[in-house]
Amino acid sequence: MTDTARAAEHAARDSYGRLLAYLAARTRDIGLAEDALSDAFAKALEVWAREGVPNNPDAWLMTVARNRMTDRQRHVARFHTNDEVPDMPLPETVQSLPDERLELLMVCAHPAIARDLHTPLMLQTVLGIDAGQIARLFMVSPAALTKRLGRAKAKVRDAGIPFAIPGPEALPDRAGAILEAIYAAHTLDWVEPTDSGGEEAIYLADLLVRLLPDFPEVMGLAALIGFGHARRDARVVDGVLVPTGAQDVALWDGSLRAYGDRMLARAFAHHAPGRFQLEAAIQQVHMARADTGETDWAALNQLYHALLRVAPSAGALVAQAVVTGRLHGPAAGLEALDALAPQVGADLQPVWAARANFLSQLNDPRAGPAYDQAIARATDVSLVRFLEQQRRRHLDRI
Amino acid sequence: MRYTFLLYTDPADLAHMTEADWAAEKEVYGSYIGALHAAGVFVDTDWLQPVATATTLTLKGGTRQVQDGPFADTKETLGGYFVVDVPDLDAAMTWAEKCPAAKTGKVEIRPTAMGDG
Repeated sequence: MTDTARAAEHAARDSYGRLLAYLAARTRDIGLAEDALSDAFAKALEVWAREGVPNNPDAWLMTVARNRMTDRQRHVARFHTNDEVPDMPLPETVQSLPDERLELLMVCAHPAIARDLHTPLMLQTVLGIDAGQIARLFMVSPAALTKRLGRAKAKVRDAGIPFAIPGPEALPDRAGAILEAIYAAHTLDWVEPTDSGGEEAIYLADLLVRLLPDFPEVMGLAALIGFGHARRDARVVDGVLVPTGAQDVALWDGSLRAYGDRMLARAFAHHAPGRFQLEAAIQQVHMARADTGETDWAALNQLYHALLRVAPSAGALVAQAVVTGRLHGPAAGLEALDALAPQVGADLQPVWAARANFLSQLNDPRAGPAYDQAIARATDVSLVRFLEQQRRRHLDRI
Repeated sequence: MRYTFLLYTDPADLAHMTEADWAAEKEVYGSYIGALHAAGVFVDTDWLQPVATATTLTLKGGTRQVQDGPFADTKETLGGYFVVDVPDLDAAMTWAEKCPAAKTGKVEIRPTAMGDG
């Protein structure tokens, strides 16, 4: 790679989000800022190759992008006449610019923007990931996603969604929406562990820890994503899903696990437990197996109880029933699953998977059909393979 | 920026209201308007007569067509509007939340195209 290309790529990776947030915040026009910034990067490749990399690449990019924004706005006849691109002093470096990525995140997760667009908007604007790649991650059509993102940005501009950090009474809700969107980016990664989605979720969570240092739930989410990502190499082996309790701990990433421990300790120091801190604590207990060689099911039982009080969900209810089965035997586990059927429905995939597992432990022939049901409802290939493997073992045994 | 709040309610929800209820309702709206004035964001408001009084007219297609009734027959109908002048959508949403119509129906918030006119 040439120096030019490297400088451009470096600038792109390090500066994109900050430059875009800065440019967009001053016009409320994300699309305009994106177009101008991508023009500036394209021009940089051309001019820097010819004349060498300037002393201050960020200031150079800002100047070109700002001029492009002014040009374009002159060409677009609009109702607003007071929409001139405001004066923007040139930065010495991008680090000397005010970091307005939190304001940009607030816009991306604004309640006036459709919830399912929060995560794609964040990935596109803060990280500069292109819409095609995001569409693949979400398994939607790139054309449809591009259109919806365009409409959302037009709404931000025309409806006057502010690039601002809301007041103390609205801030917890808005921060919560950002956390949900980052969590959604993280769960995408679970579907396809080889995708870069996990890295992006960690990046966003860690960024948010720095931008909102007084919110323990932010650190809880960073810990949760850190723990999850620490297991990325152990999660699927030879195309078959490996449940956390059966994973080879040697494949876990020690430094990411330590990052999770650190984040969770900082979060707990605030004495304000919440959903993400509890979910992270559950993962922390699972990962302690790397030191102790066993899983502390009693601790998990307590944590799931606490989680269900704060944030009841079908997934947590099923997980709690699985823990019950571990603590008190498969018959107790089946009873717990039956008990939660009215709340989550009997046809949920994880319910069938847990039921099949308990029945198999009891050498009950109904385990086979239960595995069939679980397999029919599984959408992830590695999970299907895991369940097929379990079914085969069960049938071989009885 | 100027925003218009379009207030939608289901007439069926209002059918059971007594005279005393209406008087109370009027008072509630009075204090809301007072708050908008006090904050210096009030631009305009009006109440609409029930949807049964609506007449819809169009010249689209070349001929003048008049229809007895509203343009769209929906369960929730447009009952009134407010126009406010506030800095951004967050401020508009805060005022819309305080609007009495939000409790009984729905408030659609639309930026006005004439901007700060």
